[in-house]
Amino acid sequence: MAEAQVKPRTLPYVAAITDGVRAVLREQDNAFVVGEDVAGAGGVYGYYKGILKEFGPDRIYDTPISEEGIVGLGVGASATGCRPIIDLMFMDFMGECMDEISNQMAKMRYMFGGRVTLPVTMLTMAGAGASLAAQHSQSLEAWICHLPGLKVVMPTTPYDAKGLIISAARDNNPVIVVLNKMSLGMMGEVPEESYAIPIGEANIVRPGANYTIVAIGRMVHEALKAAEQLKDLGIDAEVIDPRSLQPFDTATVVKSVEKTHRALVVHEAVRFGGIGAEIASQIQELAFDYLDAPVARVGAPFSPVPFSPALEAHYVPNADRIVAEVKKQLGI
Amino acid sequence: MEQITDATLLDIHRRMIRIRIFEETAGKLMEDGKIPGALHLYVGQEAIASAVMVHLSNKDWITSTHRGHGHLIAKGGEFDQMFAELYGKATGYCKGKGGSMHISNLDLGMLGANGIVGGGPPIAVGAGFSNKFRKTDNVSVSFFGDGASNEGSFHEAANMAGLYKLPVIFICENNGYGEYTAQKNHQAIVDVADRAAGYGMPGVIVDGMDAIAVFEAAGEAIKRARAGEGPTLLECKTYRYFDHVGVRGMGLSYRTDEEVEQWRKRDPIESLEKRLADQGILSPEAAQAVHDEVRTQVQDSVRFAEQSPMPDPSTLLEDVYAA
Repeated sequence: MAEAQVKPRTLPYVAAITDGVRAVLREQDNAFVVGEDVAGAGGVYGYYKGILKEFGPDRIYDTPISEEGIVGLGVGASATGCRPIIDLMFMDFMGECMDEISNQMAKMRYMFGGRVTLPVTMLTMAGAGASLAAQHSQSLEAWICHLPGLKVVMPTTPYDAKGLIISAARDNNPVIVVLNKMSLGMMGEVPEESYAIPIGEANIVRPGANYTIVAIGRMVHEALKAAEQLKDLGIDAEVIDPRSLQPFDTATVVKSVEKTHRALVVHEAVRFGGIGAEIASQIQELAFDYLDAPVARVGAPFSPVPFSPALEAHYVPNADRIVAEVKKQLGI
Repeated sequence: MEQITDATLLDIHRRMIRIRIFEETAGKLMEDGKIPGALHLYVGQEAIASAVMVHLSNKDWITSTHRGHGHLIAKGGEFDQMFAELYGKATGYCKGKGGSMHISNLDLGMLGANGIVGGGPPIAVGAGFSNKFRKTDNVSVSFFGDGASNEGSFHEAANMAGLYKLPVIFICENNGYGEYTAQKNHQAIVDVADRAAGYGMPGVIVDGMDAIAVFEAAGEAIKRARAGEGPTLLECKTYRYFDHVGVRGMGLSYRTDEEVEQWRKRDPIESLEKRLADQGILSPEAAQAVHDEVRTQVQDSVRFAEQSPMPDPSTLLEDVYAA
């Protein structure tokens, strides 16, 4: 007897974030949200819509425009028995609070000899493509991956957004969840129930035989498009979404390269000193004998993010640039 | 106003002695090259930490500064673990990973010394927020200096504490210098307490060399905070006997010896001991006995620290992350 097929629920990325936050507030009594415009307005991207109504003013707080104060609040509250979610509206604003991120949040546990625990989750927004210009479009994950004591995840799908927010909030360390503003409308399957995606496990989003693309953040979707184009060239690309940059799942990437013998890393961030440089270096250290070509890298050129759509389109990496780099690497 | 009891006076006195002798000893050990790194010593400012901390329990939080030993001692810190930490030993409060500038003990409610000027106030606001969120009547106290009152972090924290009416007490230990720069050369105001007005909280000025005055003013601020009436900025006028780092106090290019001598005439320990003697609470002989007792404890703890093992290199990567 055929069972009735239950159609899986789909949600946009923005609603998956809300769903993740809702799950956290339900399962953890000592969790609360603080950030700019989060309560009354529901957040500038709308992913806190309905939270105030559902959970009340004791669980979500509008703050002054005081990023250092917000992160410090997260540090102090998490050190003293709470599990705060702190919201940093744009990742670019890390400049306003880098001391609390870098010198306090990341290091406090180590400096105190392991005698403090900081279960704090920071949600923040990266990504170019919306003509928001140089101070509201950056992908600065390399800044924070360089800081021992922090975990850094970058969900690329609605499913991962919810699951990684829940994992971040359950983690007993500071976890920065780097979201992408151009993905907010992306639809995807999101189960109703609470679920966690292990932090530090990469996702092979497209298995392939003879080429490895490691794609960071929104570039996963561009890499998947590139993989379709590469098929015509006889290239069967494996696309890996690390999902977590700190810790980084080196093993999955190396295993893939051992199979495919070629690799490319792509991210939206500026190429020079980007996380791709670290990943390429790790591949070359650990899988050198398997490589048939140097690891290629695609990233933004070395300039601030431009405003004009014409310039910005030229700035942000995309599928065509990934394909072009693959061709260059292979000499075709 | 809370009437100070003889027992509390003696308690404050002992805490001050403990700080003074610990700091003088630690400074000498640093000068002798036995304690590595840099020490910022609290000598001259003892009345503040001691008279504030008698109002607090281990469930009340404090954040401290780079000049933090005094705060931890006054909060109940043990000499053994403190000296061991300054020596970088495995038996230190932070297992040798923090040292002087990050010395801490959460069991005592001490959220750490802090190597960043202005690093503490936002964390104290977080602890105060936590106290309120968890519906406790505990407070958090942020100690900081006149120098830190120029950092944006202080202003963000003070605004948030005022906005949310948090149980936070901002205690500015105005010792007249931000590192090596005199107050008149680093801020346009004389009284840091004036800044309270901008954040909807009372600003109170007290003589930081007078333990009883500090006790009374801090008591009012803490009572207010516990009653849910919000934060207070309490400015304690005080003086740093030694240089920004180390023990040298005289012959410095950025301040005069006469100034140091003037402040030393108002020594907080000597003046408290005089009052205690005048009131028949503690004779000079009994006071001396406290000094002697503490000195012996300090010497024992230095021995403990020196005999303690260094951390094993295998522990280097421990404590970066929690399980």
